[in-house]
Amino acid sequence: MKAFTYERAKDPVAAARAVAGRPGAKFIAGGTNLLDLMKIEVEVPTHLVDVQDLPFDKIEQTPEGGLRIGALVTNTDLATDERVRRDYAVLSRSIVAGASGQLRNKASTAGNLLQRTRCPYFYDTNMACNKRKPGSGCAAIGGFSRQLGVIGVSKSCIATFPGDMAVALRLLDAVVETIDAKGKTRAIPIAEFHMLWGDHPEREFALAPGELITAVTLPQPLGGKHYYEKVRDRASYAFALVSVAAVIQPDRTGRVAFGGVAPKPWRVEAAEALLPQGAVAVTAKAFAGATPTKDNAFKLPLATRALASVIAQAKA
Amino acid sequence: MPMMLKVNGQKRSLSLDTRTTLLDALREHLHLTGTKKGCDHGQCGACTVLVNGKRINSCLSLAIMHDGDEITTIEGLGTPDKLHPMQAAFVKHDGYQCGYCTPGQICSAVAVLEEIARGVPSHVQDDLTAAPRATNMEMRERMSGNICRCGAYSNIADAMAEVAGGMG
Ligand SMILES: Cc1cc2nc3c(=O)[nH]c(=O)nc-3n(C[C@H](O)[C@H](O)[C@H](O)COP(=O)(O)OP(=O)(O)OC[C@H]3O[C@@H](n4cnc5c(N)ncnc54)[C@H](O)[C@@H]3O)c2cc1C
Ligand code: SF4
Repeated sequence: MKAFTYERAKDPVAAARAVAGRPGAKFIAGGTNLLDLMKIEVEVPTHLVDVQDLPFDKIEQTPEGGLRIGALVTNTDLATDERVRRDYAVLSRSIVAGASGQLRNKASTAGNLLQRTRCPYFYDTNMACNKRKPGSGCAAIGGFSRQLGVIGVSKSCIATFPGDMAVALRLLDAVVETIDAKGKTRAIPIAEFHMLWGDHPEREFALAPGELITAVTLPQPLGGKHYYEKVRDRASYAFALVSVAAVIQPDRTGRVAFGGVAPKPWRVEAAEALLPQGAVAVTAKAFAGATPTKDNAFKLPLATRALASVIAQAKA
Repeated sequence: MPMMLKVNGQKRSLSLDTRTTLLDALREHLHLTGTKKGCDHGQCGACTVLVNGKRINSCLSLAIMHDGDEITTIEGLGTPDKLHPMQAAFVKHDGYQCGYCTPGQICSAVAVLEEIARGVPSHVQDDLTAAPRATNMEMRERMSGNICRCGAYSNIADAMAEVAGGMG
């Protein structure tokens, strides 16, 4: 690990200022992704601003009838919250389908949204990777790409956003709230938070340098039956090959988002409108224009089958 | 940087490089070598300790982030003369072979039963709104962050079931 200095932020604007004013500075929350990457020098911050003491550890009711989740609420606490288990079960389910009990105790709501890709070449500093080192090439294209993206990817980078929780948040139309070094606040719809990076795979999140996430808000509950179907290489403690977050209403309409397939949680509203017609119709539309590799073409039929399984459960 | 950790009930003052993980602080600086280093990337669970009562991977946390925190390691759960019930159950059920992952398994197992009691949900729970129960399936799912190379899993689950039964 490269040397760095460390401070513990006392208030949000001071934290934002400490990062914005200093190239190489980064926030640290749970540390479970950042430290992992610092150990292998994929991330090399020179200064860490620890945000753990900031007052963002609560889940509150909003006047609109939704929930406001503090950026520091741990994945365990979020999945356990009675209101979340009852009204936003897809969110609880997506969280407990990810990582391990130990990691979920540390992982924060903001950090989870900002976790970096799991592309194996991104992790190997000996390999070319445009995301890690812009302009160096992409070893995954033509390499082992079984885990990587099938849609929304580019000629510069075919990686995925690997997280589970964000897929449920996308389904629920969550909003990410931030504050910057000048104290200005902003509300970013989750659909715009993870970006399709095109020729700039190093640009993954719609945040300015030093912009601090303060909370994630959920609109009113959707009702319906909630599912998070995660297909992976082992039954627990593995990233998704494909995941399906869905809320299905009694009349068979609903919402669907896919994980493990693209640079962002993949939700196509025009595709989910076809839910009453079944999984094949939905995925044909959602994955129109997909550009899978030989290694990961299996993800397309897998997505259809995972959704078919959800629809069958909803009928049962 | 100067910092203080409350380790197994004792205040310990340390001055460490910012890069020192909680795991290295415990092992290399406080010489509490019960907590093990496996993968050092949060993938194996050998480094599991309890921080303010919650289990975490001590390898993916900086010591400085825990200034003032209460840390419980395997050495603090029980002693050879006065074993923690989970330690005794691991011995009785042969919940290990080589023993390397065992301190992490035991810390995790203690926390799992506490999490079930507190109503933390899991991936294998059918009804999220019901209180979780300490079934074999639940134990296996909740312990998936602790890898055992020797494959002592079924005996670990038996040990946990015994302790869970006794708590009832
Ligand atoms: C072995 C292993 C398995 C895993 N499996 C899964 C899985 O199956 N599914 C899954 O979804 N995830 C998985 N994860 C990833 C895990 O969910 C993330 O590491 C975790 O959510 C990150 O949260 P954190 O608080 O620790 O973030 P940190 O590591 O502290 O931070 C991550 C990033 O967010 C930034 N940041 C943190 N807080 C803020 C803030 N308030 N505002 C702005 N920026 C901020 C940091 O600067 C950093 O860039 C796994 C991780 C490991 C190590
Ligand atoms: S797919 Fe993206 S992350 Fe992976 S090597 Fe290519 S540029 Fe890097």
